Amino acid sequence: MTAERTISTIRDDLTIAISEVRTRYPNARSAIMPALYLAQDKYGTLDGTVYQAIAEILDVPEIYVFEVASFYTLYHREAVGRFHLQMCTNVSCMLLGAYDLLGHLEGRLGIKAGATTDDGRFSIRAVECIGACDRAPVMMVNEDYHNDLTRARVDALLDGLEEIDTILDDLEETISEGMS
Amino acid sequence: MTEQVLLKNVNNPDALTLTGYEKAGGYQGLKIMFRDFSPDEVIAYVKDSNLRGRGGAGFPTGLKWSFVPKDSGKLHYLCCNADEGEPGTFKDRVLMEKDPHQMIEGMIIAAYAIGAKTSYVYIRGEYGLSISRVEQAIAEAYAQGYLGRNIMGTDFSHDMYVHKGAGAYICGEETALLESIEGKRGQPKLKPPFPAVAGLYECPTVVNNVETFACLPHIFSRGVDWFTAIGPMDAPGPKLFGLSGQLKRPGVYELPMDITLGELVEDYGGGPLTGKFKAVIPGGVSAPMIPRSGFDVKMDFSSLAAVDSMLGSAGVIALDDSASIPVVARRITEFFSHESCGKCAPCREGLTWAAKILRRIEAGDGLPGDPDQLEVLCGGIFGTTFCALGDGAAWALRATLKHFRPEYDALISKNNNRG
Repeated sequence: MTAERTISTIRDDLTIAISEVRTRYPNARSAIMPALYLAQDKYGTLDGTVYQAIAEILDVPEIYVFEVASFYTLYHREAVGRFHLQMCTNVSCMLLGAYDLLGHLEGRLGIKAGATTDDGRFSIRAVECIGACDRAPVMMVNEDYHNDLTRARVDALLDGLEEIDTILDDLEETISEGMS
Repeated sequence: MTEQVLLKNVNNPDALTLTGYEKAGGYQGLKIMFRDFSPDEVIAYVKDSNLRGRGGAGFPTGLKWSFVPKDSGKLHYLCCNADEGEPGTFKDRVLMEKDPHQMIEGMIIAAYAIGAKTSYVYIRGEYGLSISRVEQAIAEAYAQGYLGRNIMGTDFSHDMYVHKGAGAYICGEETALLESIEGKRGQPKLKPPFPAVAGLYECPTVVNNVETFACLPHIFSRGVDWFTAIGPMDAPGPKLFGLSGQLKRPGVYELPMDITLGELVEDYGGGPLTGKFKAVIPGGVSAPMIPRSGFDVKMDFSSLAAVDSMLGSAGVIALDDSASIPVVARRITEFFSHESCGKCAPCREGLTWAAKILRRIEAGDGLPGDPDQLEVLCGGIFGTTFCALGDGAAWALRATLKHFRPEYDALISKNNNRG
């Protein structure tokens, strides 16, 4: 993600995939949402350069892309941590202790909901209902659901994520050593 | 135990594959339909079934389809509303994760009825597993000739795609959903024109819920008489209820709609977690809560409407003695305030204001006039907005004031600094 992102490199990266999703719709504007997802999968975050590149690929005004990116909450215009902890706090989860668990997460990671740890490893967000109310309280870590949470289960989950984090760090180091 | 129709395959992982689904009786309804029915006959048959939409409003499905003009000269579109975002609702996720072909078969039936060449399944972005399973099932259906050109040797052709939502509750509202597929911000449009006349890309469009589609194959494989014999006359057929909150056995239950709210949360939900039930929200947080004294109401559209609530999404949230109603009301109002698309001032400004008052009451800084102020705000929002989001928010909040005003007054009387 540190590599320089330009309109030209984004076009090189995404033109083929975006042109494929474009065929599912009778007009180009409809392909903006899937195009933003393709860009987010590739780069993690979305910014003006991405909007401009998508606008060029789809031949639509750039404002069309920006207004979509800024309306929908699943598009990340700011960096989120390697592990994005999304704790549901809507009614069913709240009734079963979601706010207590949110406070526990905040205490353990030393950040408030909405923030990311300085090392970029964890982000916490309080989110609206994620549709797993029968297994409340529920939290998503990136794309995965974690159900029936208690303080102990949250701790075990975080311990596991910290281990994965170390493994991922080692892996990245090995890869970069191999490349140099 | 009630025969499980919609949930028949939830414990049958083989049904995730097309061959497993067929082995369990799948795609029979579609075959019967192609063999015996013209599109107009399909619409008439679904009207006869009295199937009512399972998404929230309970509108008769066949009637909705019949509004699609025959001679518009435009393409027709079908959309599946799988943007399940109403808090307390998770039934459609179960249907898509466990039995995606059932929904797809129903969509092909509906597409044939209204002459749609293309359909989009609008699935909320958080539902990653639903998206992958539905996409996989669509690919299999193409390979088997249930989708694509000249389906099963007929001259009917149809293409189906998934459109992934991106975290906006409002896109469950059908005109906002269509705006979203068009690549715009999900802001509702004034009706009329209704989507059946001018929907997706200004073309005639039908939008139905996942569970509505899931009912259709069974209506054709087992017949209208079988379907209408289940549950009450004006709301027949199997229905999914999602139970959550403070009860012992949360989960998705399939039952006819003549069950009472009390039976649902006591017999199926297993009773309250602690003490007694205080109230139940019967159909997602837009549905006004019902206090325990009203638990004998039947869980169908008209019975719930008669007690100033609604079946809505049938997401049943139970509250026991330990729940604070003003806190629940605050959380619900904050949700709607956050999800308001911002188009209509009464919803955008009114909900922001109401949430502020509710936070103040919860913090112990409530003023004696606050409950009345909330009533005034509800009155100013209800019926003054483009879509039902504001209505639902006002209606839900007002019910908490109507049934549990003493809880508000008790919190406010603790404020020593008031007035």
